[in-house]
Parts: sequence; C-alpha cells; structure tokens
Amino acid sequence: MPKNLISIHDFSKKEILHIVDIAEDFEKNKSQNILNDKVVACIFFEPSTRTRLSFETAANRLGARVIGFADAANTSIAKGESLKDTIKMVSNYVDIIVIRHPLEGAARYASEVTPVPVINAGDGANQHPTQTMLDIYSINKTQGRLDDLTINLVGDLKYGRTVHSLLQAMSYFSPHFIFTSPEELKMPLEYKRFLKDQGISYTETRQLSEYLDSTDILYMTRVQQERFNDPIEYENVKNVYRLEASMLSNVRDNLKILHPLPRVNEIAADVDDTPYAYYFKQAENGMYVRMAIIAYLLGYR
Amino acid sequence: MEQKDKHLKVTAIKNGTVLDHIPAESLFKVIDILNLSKRSNQITIGSNLDSRSMGKKGIIKISEHFFEDEEIGEIALIAPNATINIIRDYEVVEKKIISIPESFVGIFRCMNPMCVTNHQDIPTKFTTVRERDEVLLLCHYCEKTTDTRNLKIVSKK
Repeated sequence: MPKNLISIHDFSKKEILHIVDIAEDFEKNKSQNILNDKVVACIFFEPSTRTRLSFETAANRLGARVIGFADAANTSIAKGESLKDTIKMVSNYVDIIVIRHPLEGAARYASEVTPVPVINAGDGANQHPTQTMLDIYSINKTQGRLDDLTINLVGDLKYGRTVHSLLQAMSYFSPHFIFTSPEELKMPLEYKRFLKDQGISYTETRQLSEYLDSTDILYMTRVQQERFNDPIEYENVKNVYRLEASMLSNVRDNLKILHPLPRVNEIAADVDDTPYAYYFKQAENGMYVRMAIIAYLLGYR
Repeated sequence: MEQKDKHLKVTAIKNGTVLDHIPAESLFKVIDILNLSKRSNQITIGSNLDSRSMGKKGIIKISEHFFEDEEIGEIALIAPNATINIIRDYEVVEKKIISIPESFVGIFRCMNPMCVTNHQDIPTKFTTVRERDEVLLLCHYCEKTTDTRNLKIVSKK
C-alpha cells in the first residue's frame, strides 16, 4: 500500500514535523531536480486555480512533469465515466495523483482504486490537508516553534473545514485556543469535546477586539453570506469581523495574521502594510509544503 | 372459519432460528438486512404482534437456517434488544445476544448527501463509534457520522 495524504489524520505528529523540516529545506533551495523521471497527475474535478497552480509549480520545481485537467467539463467524466474508471486510467500513466473533487470522500476512494500515492487537494467540505500543513509550516516559521502558542481562530468556525483541521493538527502541540465568531457560527460541540478530552484550553468570544492583544497567531476566515438566513444579520456580522490596522496598536510583537485566502472584506487593505500581515507569504509557503509532501510520498525525502 | 381467539398464533418450527422482540417499526428493515426475500426457506413473519414488554413487536421464524454471528450483528443497530433463539427439534437449544459490530460494510447509506458513496457505485463503509450514550456510524469516506435515527438501508442486489 502506498502512503497517501487524504486527511490530516493520516499524518502522525512525527510526519508533520518531518514535512515542516523538508519544506524548510525546499524554501532555501527552491529548485531541486530530484523527480525528473516522474510524472504527476493534477486532476481537478472542480476548478481551484490557486491550489492547482501551487501543486503544479511544486511538481515542476522538483523536476517532475505534470499532466491533468483543471475542470471536469471537457473530459470523459462529462460523458458519464465513473470516478473509478478515470482514476484507473490516470494511474496507468503517472507516479502520483493530486485530486480535487466536489464530493466528500472522493479522494479516499481514489486512493483505494489506484496503486500510486494520492494527495487530496480538497474533497468538498471535508478535508484539505495540504492547507493545514502549510498553516502549520507558517506558524512554525513565524513563531520559531509550534508548542504553547495562543491561536485565535476568527470567523466561520462552524462550517470552516480549515479551522477544524488546523485545530486537530495543532492539538499535538499544547496550544491555547481563542474562538472568535458570531453566535450562529460557533465552534461545534464535537471539537470542543475533543479539546477537553485532550486537556487543551479554549476561550470563546464574539468580539474580535477582545483577545487581539494576547494572541500569537490570528487565523482569519471568510464569513460567507450563504450561511445566513437573514441578510441583515450577515451585514452586521460582516462589519464586526473586519480587521483594520488601527486595531493592532497594542498587539504582541510576534503576532502574525494568517488567512487561507481568498479574502473578501474581513481584512482591510491597510493591514497588508503592517508587520503582522502574513497571508501572502503563507500562500507562497504552500508551494514548499507541497514540494515536501510530493517528495515524501514518493519516498525521496 | 371463525376464530374466537384474537391472538395470531405463529406456528412453531422444528429446526431453525427465531428472531423475537424486534421493534415493530424495524421489522421490515431487519427482513431487508438479512436478505430474507431472496431465501427459499420456509419463513413465518409476524408484524405488530402484541407484546407485554414492548407494546408491539415483530417476530421472524426461519426454518432450517442458522445465522453467522456477523450476519446477525448487522441488525444490532435497529433491533438491539432482539432475541435470537436457535431451535432444534422444537426446543430452544441456544439463545444468542446481539452485539454491535465494529464496522458495517455495504448495509447502510451515509446520510451526508455530498458523500461520494451517494453518487458513485461504492459500497459504504462505517466504523461504529460511541459518543456519550449514542451509537454513531462514522463514514470511512466523507468522515461524517450517521446516527441510528437516520439509518437507511442500501437495497441488496
């Protein structure tokens, strides 16, 4: 059985630290021709330009070649081909598969019908483990450590898959969490129970300003309009969770602001010029982390 | 023929299995899960029978068939208190207790409409998890849980 990365649970603490280590090396030395006899498939059953470009660049920087599609519309899937058949066909050609699919569990299933390693680049609302890995990499890089940090998660904590995966992965490193969200989008009970079972402390608030000054990592997420039944409520919430440079006058020196992007209006443009903004660099880090994951799963690192 | 006795008498069987104390509302699901419609054995089914302990219950008597433990375990979630009587020569020779298996393959549907198993021809796979007093099925694919109130059976081929 090849090693896959389908869910963040597939990686142990040791493996997470290993990926962070080799991603650091790739950041120092951005082009390493270790996979020049390999072919990587990037098969995207729904469009996601940001993630696809990051993966394809990562593969190219490792010297591998890339095949695939960016959208299922012009492929035989549109003719009714099953996911299994598509995966079987692609497996004949490549050494590793990167898959994005709108259905939850599609990547896990793909990994069961192919002999090559599979990386999940997002399966609907379920998992997006390379995002979690790049978040962890960014936290480690900006703080110089992963242990004992105060992580403030802001925005849609109910449906946001990135915050749930990050919460679970960071639970290895004895963090303290702050959950900042509107009443409608609070962190679900199951995750709070999980933290309690792990002996990890958390605090909840509805005010973004309340804990800004005692935060090491401020993880902002988008509050999506479609989550609200009442449009007026959305308008209220949208403005409450807007971070502006003026709110950052008393924050810790080491504070860094992360965001999985794309942002809409939850971070004002004037924050970009503060030393705390890290979201663009965070996106760049995704490439090094994806290089690390591809190399690791193919047994090269 | 007039019958004064209002109780339906379900006839005894010589050799086989009697599943008793099935919740009345789960009887037909049990029939589905055990795939009884495909069997050629003599089967007697009683639905909505009066029961002192349950109000209404279901009962199934299957002649000349003895289930494997795994097979019977599949009904554990919808009929947890059912009793399994093994009959030989009209006598109950063994009573079995149903225990909930650790996993279920290809029996129940995942209640998440976006789960890949609801869109592609893939047998469902669940792990049994216990949370507080509740038994939940954790989907191997979409990683969401299905509770026992929302169990739907995948129709067997």
